[in-house]
Amino acid sequence: MKSYIALILVRFRAGLQYRVAALAGVTTQIFWGFIKIMVLEAFYGVSTVVQPMSFAQVVSYTWLGQGLLALLPWNVDPDIRELIRSGSVSYELLRPLDLYSVWFVRTLAWRTSAVILRCIPLFIFAGPVLVLIGLQDIALTLPRTFEALILFVLSMTVTVAMSCCVSALNNILTMWTLSALGPSALLPVAITIFSGMIIPLPLMPDWVVPVLRALPFSGLIDTPFRIYSGNLAGKAAIYAILHQIGWTIALVYLGRVLIRGRTRRLVIQGG
Amino acid sequence: MDGYRQTAVHLLIRYLGISIRGQLQYKASFIFQSVGHLLITGIEFLGIWALFDRFGALPHWSLQEVAFFYGTVNIQFAIADALGRGFDVFAGFVKTGEFDRMLLRPRSVVIQLLGYEFTMRRVGRLLQGLAIFLWAGVSLGISWNLVLVSVWLFAVAGAVALFVGLVIIQATIAFWTVESIEIMNTLTYGGVQTAQYPLSIYRKAFQRFFTFVVPLGAVTYFPLSMIIGKTGIASIWFQALAPALGFFFLISALFFWRLGVRHYASTGS
Repeated sequence: MKSYIALILVRFRAGLQYRVAALAGVTTQIFWGFIKIMVLEAFYGVSTVVQPMSFAQVVSYTWLGQGLLALLPWNVDPDIRELIRSGSVSYELLRPLDLYSVWFVRTLAWRTSAVILRCIPLFIFAGPVLVLIGLQDIALTLPRTFEALILFVLSMTVTVAMSCCVSALNNILTMWTLSALGPSALLPVAITIFSGMIIPLPLMPDWVVPVLRALPFSGLIDTPFRIYSGNLAGKAAIYAILHQIGWTIALVYLGRVLIRGRTRRLVIQGG
Repeated sequence: MDGYRQTAVHLLIRYLGISIRGQLQYKASFIFQSVGHLLITGIEFLGIWALFDRFGALPHWSLQEVAFFYGTVNIQFAIADALGRGFDVFAGFVKTGEFDRMLLRPRSVVIQLLGYEFTMRRVGRLLQGLAIFLWAGVSLGISWNLVLVSVWLFAVAGAVALFVGLVIIQATIAFWTVESIEIMNTLTYGGVQTAQYPLSIYRKAFQRFFTFVVPLGAVTYFPLSMIIGKTGIASIWFQALAPALGFFFLISALFFWRLGVRHYASTGS
């Protein structure tokens, strides 16, 4: 356990070094947030019926998505990809540590350090700064109730774990295909559209929403953000968190089965 | 001087040819990357479609009209992105000192950088943009004539100039910072995101920024509205000729670039 914690701390500190890159990223995310919100504003402007999400809820959902974007497991950790490509992954196998857990904690440190660097300035801007400059109608607001805040934190914790499982799965798939092609090229597509990153899932056509809810991807964005914005509360929120937990366990199991099958007959690249 | 210019164009074509042939050597990789790129950029349109499905319409704009904007800007950006790759990774050349070698060659550095790695996988964005553009054009029943085709081509050329101008500015900043500051992504990728919808749906300050500071509207919104028959938004002459602003932007960027080259001192590594 001690070695895993050391690994987390090292990677976390390394991740915190890229501050200028993070600042550039934050600027871009803020800009995109504005575009997304203005587009939604234009659509809400013509809406005559009650929508499944209010505009205020959509605004919070969008800013959360921009701030926590780095948590979305759409890419393979470049270091791990290089390990696999160069054959150094064999050293990893020699270590008296469990490979799945190593990849899990590495990703955990990598993603959380990236997200912390980005979300703090972004939330300060999207919340208090926007209110101060008179744009409170498109500012990020706090959750309405204390209960929503607690459930959000709970759901977000599961989201982080889930994100690391998907990343680990992606790494394992890279071991299979070597060049991060094939399934792992399609994964970001599925994640982007099914998680709620493009548009909030409740705004998708009604007939497809139940399917999107059932898939694991809704747990990456849609569930915690709807809890935060007040679109999902009470029993329904607790069920949604259980759904997240269920999928996370399933993903860990799948990852472990695949990695066991793969390391038994791994072809090491390079010489 | 004339002979020199001719060789510059030939050289650019040679560079592009070599780059394309090189990438086609890895066929499977090329196909996978293109398909991946097609899907990841194409799902944006799925989002637009879903919003129209949910809300019915935008004030004054139909799905087909938005699709016309969406398709065109994706075509424009795919071309610019493929051409601008050398400037996009330029900070690395400054850092490693590779730029010194480029300066030694008796040819324009701009040509060398434009011809650097003409990224073919951008074909994915190009194809999905083209498909949606064609669908929108047919379903809107645009009666294409010489004038409209010219305006469209002018808009594409102007937008390519604008987007390349933006990456040139990003590259120039690297002369001072040495690090790659990807702040211009906000305006390139963000610009594409913006121009997928008609500029008029945004808030006023935002519209002004993309008309007067970065003339994105001049190469997308104004000429394209004219093509789909929305002529009331500005004088028709302005709508047709506005893409020229894209070229002015590129020229200003090139002046800034020359300033940077003059300031350049090798990192010595």
